[in-house]
Amino acid sequence: MNFDFDSFTLFTGIALLVLMIPATYRLATGPTAIDRIVSINIIGTKSAVILVIIGSLFGRVEMFVDFALTYALLNFIGSLAAARYLHKTPPARGQVGEDE
Amino acid sequence: MSIFTIIAVVLICVGLLFFLGAAVGIMRFGDFYTRMHAAGKGDTLSSLLVLLGFGVYQLNNFQSFSESWPVLLVILKLIAISAFILLTSPTATHALMDSGWEDGIEPELKNDKPETNALEEDMPQPKQKEAQA
Repeated sequence: MNFDFDSFTLFTGIALLVLMIPATYRLATGPTAIDRIVSINIIGTKSAVILVIIGSLFGRVEMFVDFALTYALLNFIGSLAAARYLHKTPPARGQVGEDE
Repeated sequence: MSIFTIIAVVLICVGLLFFLGAAVGIMRFGDFYTRMHAAGKGDTLSSLLVLLGFGVYQLNNFQSFSESWPVLLVILKLIAISAFILLTSPTATHALMDSGWEDGIEPELKNDKPETNALEEDMPQPKQKEAQA
């Protein structure tokens, strides 16, 4: 049996793109804002995997792996910043509304 | 078809299965916290499996250490991405879930009556509830 790994890689990439559709649905119709941020986080993680797949298809994995690493880093920092933004923490010093 | 290709195909197929589970969980679950659970766990494990599968496939290009050390570098970077996702994806999920709890998103509980639910008394209440009481 002749097995072509490039065709399998292409199938994997297309399957990952199709599996982004539920996350996009949750992004469009999420009841809360944090649902949307979670779906963005999922799409970012899938994009990092898809970058490795693109590198394997083009035969330049050593270049695209760096892109994937950077994308995973930025994805984590973005979702953490959004989480801290939506976190209703009390102010560092003083009472709430003391400044007004 | 070498043994590395077989291992890589098996790892990638299992990873796609977990990606499918995460996608179904995001679509179907009715609660914010259960959706977070499906997204955090399924996405982390499946990304790990797919990336490690590609790393195993790169071992096909490895002949000797002096000639093909860039292959080892690529495998090392793939393992680094896997370890990074393994560390950061649950952290991001936990931070988002904590901010959702602080915002006062109510979880769907099995028993709607508060007096028959022993679990709810032990849980720390959201801050909006404390402010109303």
